[in-house]
Amino acid sequence: MSALLAAAGSLEPAARSFLSPTGQEIVFLLVGIAVLGAAVVTVTTRQLVHAALWLVVALGGLAVEFLLLTAEFIAWVQVLIYLGSVVVLVLFGLMLTRAPIGRSPDADSGNRWVALAVAVASAGTLVTLVVDAFRSTWIDLGAGAGSTRVTGEYLFRYWVLPFEALSVLLLAALVGAIVLSRTGKGGRGPRLRPGRTTTVRPARPASSARPAAGAGTSASAGAADATKER
Amino acid sequence: MNLLDTLLRCVAILVVFLVLPLVIGQTEHKVMAHMQGRLGPMYAGGFHGWAQLVADGVKFAQKEDVVPVGADRRVFQLAPAVALLPYLVVLLAIPVGPNGFVGQAVDAGIFFVLAVMGIGVLGSLMAGWASANKFSLLGGLRTAAQLMSYELPMLLAAASVAMAAGTVSLPGIVDAFHWWWIPWQAIGAFVFFTAGLAELQRPPFDMPVADSEIIFGAYTEYTGLRFALFLLSEYAGIVVVSGLTTVLFLGGWHGPFSDSLGWLWTLLKTFALAFVVIWLRVTYPRLREDQLMRFAWTVLIPLALAQLALTGIIKVAIS
Repeated sequence: MSALLAAAGSLEPAARSFLSPTGQEIVFLLVGIAVLGAAVVTVTTRQLVHAALWLVVALGGLAVEFLLLTAEFIAWVQVLIYLGSVVVLVLFGLMLTRAPIGRSPDADSGNRWVALAVAVASAGTLVTLVVDAFRSTWIDLGAGAGSTRVTGEYLFRYWVLPFEALSVLLLAALVGAIVLSRTGKGGRGPRLRPGRTTTVRPARPASSARPAAGAGTSASAGAADATKER
Repeated sequence: MNLLDTLLRCVAILVVFLVLPLVIGQTEHKVMAHMQGRLGPMYAGGFHGWAQLVADGVKFAQKEDVVPVGADRRVFQLAPAVALLPYLVVLLAIPVGPNGFVGQAVDAGIFFVLAVMGIGVLGSLMAGWASANKFSLLGGLRTAAQLMSYELPMLLAAASVAMAAGTVSLPGIVDAFHWWWIPWQAIGAFVFFTAGLAELQRPPFDMPVADSEIIFGAYTEYTGLRFALFLLSEYAGIVVVSGLTTVLFLGGWHGPFSDSLGWLWTLLKTFALAFVVIWLRVTYPRLREDQLMRFAWTVLIPLALAQLALTGIIKVAIS
């Protein structure tokens, strides 16, 4: 990947100005525009599954942005968790519940103008804030500044406490999910044992059922069964 | 490392990607023919039916490319590419020999490989949904469930090796390898290889494509070249999983003698593992869906966790 970065442009910003961007900054902007476009399509498309698939494009583009900022590890984690798991779970849920091929008319919300206003307002606030906060700050993106070693050292030296707190939070969520999925405290009829197939079995074993059902030959058949069992 | 070098490496990987899966496919034909006494694949072309694969290719190429009327056209046509491309990208990062004999040395190699392989599931989901067919949809969902379940033991087993080597870079792990890692990491190797087999949906883990109940799962509606692309992704997957197991657990280019022939050792071990994959297909019956899930959650994951604990204890004891 370092070769790709080198091909994209010099890592040290030669002239620190907005007006003479390096190749890397241009690529960053272009990918950013693509991500924005994919995100807009995600919320405007009328087909639910297409929305989820455009989300894949948007999140993948974000991974590329992390890569361009030399944060390799974060980029791969983004791919592993968001593309490989979260989107797949979203698709899974959509397909299990409702995902007709073609348009879903009820996917339109009456609140979309309010939502648009809120989105524009929050985006405006964030952009103003970030631009104002980092206007004249430059970070030298030397190769390897976001490598696994550096990330690991930062994470387990300076940020151990938040990391552990997050682990506890996730563990609590996991336990909560298990508890929620095990509803009903007995009493609601026979519970299926997890992990077993629910093959339909006769209510009683065949040997005891047959004498009760038969009339003439039942005694001998029952006797035969009984001897067989002994 | 300049642009030309990068380009050359990419072309080399592409050639490998186009050749090795076909070799595996041909091997599978022959091995199955011998083990099960199948006479069909032994005729085409004369000696041992060497032309069977060519005949298969011609057959796939001349079949009509059908898209069902009710299908979501673009997603349907895109799905085979989404299923195939991750394996091509993963091949970039698998080291074959020492001294930079690798497509592209990725810093967080294990993470990269497992993350990109996880995208392949999107292809099956897209195929299953876009076919506009309830059996395909069920097959796609089964595939997704299986792949999500088996990703966890795979990650845990890989984490154990990374812990042992103290690095997540694939060449770094092979560099740190000693022969006694093989007994030490044996459980992890078993878990990784088995979970990898399940990720490929190969027998005995081919529940999602079970031809007896949901008729080739997500791929029912695919014909001709698009179906061939799905098959190709399966064979490319065999190469990738065997190669990864070689690199992580069997010491990659380390052999009994002459490390300068390292790439040969890697290839030999990879082919031996690929042979085992084919062997398992020939000899094992298919698992049932619930057995499949139970195997992942009650056998593989505890084993992987045990391996992780063992690795940690020995690592602390050594240092």
